[in-house]
Amino acid sequence: MLNVTTPELERPAHIGSASDTKVVAKDVNVYYGEKHALHNVSVNIPDRGVMAFIGPSGCGKSTFLRCINRMNDTIPICRVTGKITIDGEDIYDPSLDVVQLRARVGMVFQKPNPFPKSIYENVAYGPRIHGLAGSKAELDQIVQSSLERAALWKEVKDRLNDPGTGLSGGQQQRLCIARAVAVSPEVILMDEPCSALDPIATAKVEELIDELKKNFCIIIVTHSMQQAARVSQRTAFFHLGVLVEEGATNDIFTNPTDQRTQDYITGRFG
Amino acid sequence: MTTAKKSLLAGFMPWFGGQPSTGGTTEIARPKGEPMNEHIVKSYEEEFALLDRKIAQMGGLAEHILGQSFDALERRDPQLAEQVVKADKQIDQLERDIEEQVISMIARRQPLANDLRHVMAALRITGDLERIGDLAKNIAKRALAIAHESHPKPLMTGLRHMGELALSQLKDVLDAYAARNADRALSVWREDENIDSMYNSLFRELLTYMMEDPRNIGLSTHLLFGAKNIERVGDHTTNIAETIHFLVKGTNITDDRPKSDETSSTLFSKD
Repeated sequence: MLNVTTPELERPAHIGSASDTKVVAKDVNVYYGEKHALHNVSVNIPDRGVMAFIGPSGCGKSTFLRCINRMNDTIPICRVTGKITIDGEDIYDPSLDVVQLRARVGMVFQKPNPFPKSIYENVAYGPRIHGLAGSKAELDQIVQSSLERAALWKEVKDRLNDPGTGLSGGQQQRLCIARAVAVSPEVILMDEPCSALDPIATAKVEELIDELKKNFCIIIVTHSMQQAARVSQRTAFFHLGVLVEEGATNDIFTNPTDQRTQDYITGRFG
Repeated sequence: MTTAKKSLLAGFMPWFGGQPSTGGTTEIARPKGEPMNEHIVKSYEEEFALLDRKIAQMGGLAEHILGQSFDALERRDPQLAEQVVKADKQIDQLERDIEEQVISMIARRQPLANDLRHVMAALRITGDLERIGDLAKNIAKRALAIAHESHPKPLMTGLRHMGELALSQLKDVLDAYAARNADRALSVWREDENIDSMYNSLFRELLTYMMEDPRNIGLSTHLLFGAKNIERVGDHTTNIAETIHFLVKGTNITDDRPKSDETSSTLFSKD
């Protein structure tokens, strides 16, 4: 039977609507010791879509990204105030299990960082420690479907026991994405996932992001304006620790409302 | 009629010196009177300046030959008409030139936001100016065709007024582009109505003239097409005005343009 519905086309209608909001940040401030790194950031991040954070180096976009899975907790001098909720649940609630949170909020970093283990183990590690698989067969299934989702399965299915570090840069990054996807997260944070990749590998990751956004809430930090424009539906521009402007990607890149946004994306910053 | 008035574009200033226009909700929040920041990459900045110089040149040329085509028609001057036909080739060349530059800028620079609107506006305005050049050429060709016929004075006066109005509208819109003035563009856009109503009355007069004596039909038809060409120049001018509005404000003009060209639905009988 022909399935003529195209969820892709239907999505924009509800993106941004309150019911589809996944992550809500309200008045988030971050301090590194004395330094006030992030000022009163409030933003709603929609589910099943891609939001891009752009801005010059040191503007706070990565800092904010790292608040969403409490990665900043690992920095002793870092202090976060304000409120961040995922599906309405406060992620800074003292009773919340941070390890569980990080299973719900996966992260992919700038430099591919596979574990020095086999391809199989890289993907199986998360599901195993979170007890997501009841049997070896089930684990095999998770590994395969994660690698498939990361568009890597065909390339590695015959060498699952080779070390993950032996793959090319682009394949390593997709392996890291497979690893993130394996624990069935709800939100995937990507901190410049393509900056170390060539254009072909970048295109593969971007195609992957397009696929993943059907099921996940994806937040990507990127220095490439074109990448933000290509992959995201909403874009937020940060500058000097302030969220300057947030809106539909199309509007931000054709008709931004703030002078600072315009200057940044058109290459006019002094 | 005097030859085309030179527009302000001749003394064109750097493109980033645009005046902040007033009103509009999508206006970029910029302190009043402060010039736009320049691109960090100087060669990119220079490419935009070059693009605007070419558009200024093309606009000036279109204005010039349009004025000449009216003069050729009115003075029955075949030599001037020939000049217009030749000069139109320069306009066509400039159009290709600008098109190539825009494509190259899109490929190499991937312009965004106001830069993206700038290159798109350049492309659109260039297209309209090229069509205006063609229309001027067509008027000149008609001037050649009827150079040896006697011209009925009241009709020629009407045609001249219409031409002058179209010419001043074109000049205004080119100035609005140079100054990045959306309000001025909007007023040009609104005034096209006047050209349309002049066209309506000329249309009626020419039909009456034809009905009076079938020997007038040849000349009148050429004059009618001439008038239609001028009316089309007005339409391209309003297109440019719309483009300027989009360039400056990032949004399209939402009002309905007052339109009064009724000739396409007019039927004349002898009664």
